[in-house]
Amino acid sequence: MATTATAPITKSWSGGKSPFNVEYGKLMMWYFLMSDAFTFGAFLISYGTIRFSTNGWPDPNAVFKSFPFAPEGANAPLVFVSVMTFILIISSVTMVLAVQAGHNMDKKKVTTNLIWTIIGGIAFLSCQAWEWNHLHHEGAWWGSNPFLNADGTASSTNFTNYFFTITGFHGFHVFSGVIINIIMLIMTLTDQFEKRGHYLMIEKAGLYWHFVDLVWVFVFTCFYLI
Amino acid sequence: MSNEAVLHAPAEAGLHLDAHGDDHHEHHHHETFISKYVFSQDHKMIAKQFLITGMVWAVLGGLMSVLFRLQLGYPDSTFPFLQDLLGKWAEGGKITPEAYYALVTTHGTVLVFFVLTAGLSGTFANFLIPLQIGARDMASPFMNMLSYWFFFAASIVMLSSLFVETGPFSGGWTAYPPLSALGDASPGSKTGMDLWLISMALFVVSSLLGGLNYIATVLNMRTKGMSMTRLPLTIWALFFTAVLGVLSFPVLFSGFILLIFDRNFGTSFYLSDIFINGVGALPNEGGSAILYQHLFWFLGHPEVYIILLPAMGMVSEILSVNSRKPIFGYMAMIGSLFAIAILAFLVWAHHMFVTGLNPFLGSVFVLLTLLIAVPSAIKVFNWLTTLWRGNIRFTPGMMFSIGFVSLFISGGLTGIWLGNSALDIHLHDTYFVIAHFHIVMGVASMFGMFAGIYHWFPKMYGRFLNNTMGYIHFWVTLAGAYLIFWPMHYQGLAGMPRRYYDYSAWESFKQFTELNRFISTVAMIVFAVQLLFLFNFFYSIFKGRKVTTTNPWGANTLEWTTPINPGHGNWVGEIPEVHRWAYDYGKDGKEFIVQTKAVGADESHH
Repeated sequence: MATTATAPITKSWSGGKSPFNVEYGKLMMWYFLMSDAFTFGAFLISYGTIRFSTNGWPDPNAVFKSFPFAPEGANAPLVFVSVMTFILIISSVTMVLAVQAGHNMDKKKVTTNLIWTIIGGIAFLSCQAWEWNHLHHEGAWWGSNPFLNADGTASSTNFTNYFFTITGFHGFHVFSGVIINIIMLIMTLTDQFEKRGHYLMIEKAGLYWHFVDLVWVFVFTCFYLI
Repeated sequence: MSNEAVLHAPAEAGLHLDAHGDDHHEHHHHETFISKYVFSQDHKMIAKQFLITGMVWAVLGGLMSVLFRLQLGYPDSTFPFLQDLLGKWAEGGKITPEAYYALVTTHGTVLVFFVLTAGLSGTFANFLIPLQIGARDMASPFMNMLSYWFFFAASIVMLSSLFVETGPFSGGWTAYPPLSALGDASPGSKTGMDLWLISMALFVVSSLLGGLNYIATVLNMRTKGMSMTRLPLTIWALFFTAVLGVLSFPVLFSGFILLIFDRNFGTSFYLSDIFINGVGALPNEGGSAILYQHLFWFLGHPEVYIILLPAMGMVSEILSVNSRKPIFGYMAMIGSLFAIAILAFLVWAHHMFVTGLNPFLGSVFVLLTLLIAVPSAIKVFNWLTTLWRGNIRFTPGMMFSIGFVSLFISGGLTGIWLGNSALDIHLHDTYFVIAHFHIVMGVASMFGMFAGIYHWFPKMYGRFLNNTMGYIHFWVTLAGAYLIFWPMHYQGLAGMPRRYYDYSAWESFKQFTELNRFISTVAMIVFAVQLLFLFNFFYSIFKGRKVTTTNPWGANTLEWTTPINPGHGNWVGEIPEVHRWAYDYGKDGKEFIVQTKAVGADESHH
């Protein structure tokens, strides 16, 4: 929060006002994100536990090496996922701009930046859909793993099991974020925030969006880099 | 731009701030039956909805325990009425093994989650938080309403699982794989388990919606002057409960999602190298059943504190009010609640000492587990010193509070035994464990809940519960709880495993035939007395002695400054300002000084 409490620190907890100078909705959003972080944390720790108790694991560079319209046999490890990641991070930047514009009650800029954020979200989801589809055509799915371990031995299906479950769960979060952003856009366009005199809802949607981006950084690291 | 203007606006915007409790005048707004009793957004009505739904589940869950105690106490007898009740699950009047396991499983699930989580913290967090911190309602009354209806949906799904052809889930309330992951493993692992998982997922959503609301309300909505250290201990306890729930249920949720995939989509998160009779070897490879136990108990252990902390908070309040003394060691009480909340997350593996856990890691968990004895002992001694030389009024609520302390000591001491990994090798999965957690968490928290109901019933319904029935309820339940669970310690020490269908087949356990019959008989008597309580509850709602003053117990907290039957919005006119902590009892010769009274110039300091 940019606004600092003017009252001395001892007063801020003494009742009659919010100790953090935030409305309840934002407080709830922070606690919800903590809760959601535990959900993702549990997933990723489970993944780590299973991966490191398994003898071998496929090399991500050998699995994620294709991109749309690539020639047969193209070998471009992690290029496509880097593009995906870049898109999602840029969409976080446009979200920041939308929140900033909201602080300045600039409806036009809020609208533009929200639209860019929504486009970024949809672009990310489309990339993910392409990647899933591509892997599925290679024979990968829940319960089936065509990839060999890095040392050439047969791999357990838990490579694909975790990949699809966790990136799917994250993709579902991105999808929810896009829906939330679309609702925010409609509310902006119908002047609901102008009538309220503040764009705090956009801030809360922004918190969620940044969180989803942050989670992707961890998912990306765990599945593509390590 | 300032946020101050919008800080409290959303919660107050939808409220009817005029009072309409203690008279029957017509008002300019109309509440329909639907908006007042069904889709209500009034925290007090939502609390009652949680309470009564919880009571329905308590009766069902309790009845299940009576049914399986019938099997345990009379393994050789048949009871024709059982066939009328359970149909094919009790062919010839004898409960089948499948039905027995389904009863045990559903009893556990229902009592832990639906009665002692939703029924206890759902009821009292909703009822007490706004009333005791001086707020008109929860931060988000709408989300609060959703929280109840998700719980209701979870209840309906769980209830429907009792009626499917293959029966409800029967693999224990902890739902360990592979039994829970493979439909071929047992009849209850088929549709019943799917419904169990759906129900629990809905329950997690309900708990999250409620928990976020409780936290935001306690932090943001306190009235002027209500600093955190002036809060009644009930609120502190409910606050920590909500934090525990918000941080531990999501991990269970992750565990359940992986389980759903294992069940339905051919994954092997929890499965490896399995052979099923009649099916053959399964292709699953590379998973770990222990992983599920870690995910489950990361919720499972905080869950016991989610159940226990609200009871602790209410007991602290009721003991102080009825001893006419300040609570002893208020800050120590908060500190110990905090310590318990932190330690709750660091001890889960003490449920897993015999899974092959590294003994060194086990010893770390032993240490952390035994550390919980410190804050627990602080709380016990503070309760005892609150009672010490108090001017005690033995109301039914007070009796149940003292009963809680007794049960918490008795059950807590055996926790020290079980927390030792070496002793646990002998004691795990025996009746000793059953005795321990039923006393310390089950019955103790039920006592906390009863104490809360007896104490706040006048605020809920404007009438008193009948005292005579209350005393009968208390003494029979207390004596019954000890008579049921005390002997189980000896059975457990003698090696009697839990979850067996019929002990008469073992020479070693034949000595307990009479004792099992005795336990079953007491269980039935205790169950009957709970029906007496239910009669008292519903009779008193309509015919109980009316409350004539706003503050019948002479208590300091804010809920007793509202009208006898507060409307939606709680206070007529302004919300009162708070000038002191909640425990000025017997100060400067005054019996009690309510929190709204300004501190006098000649008043002594505490």
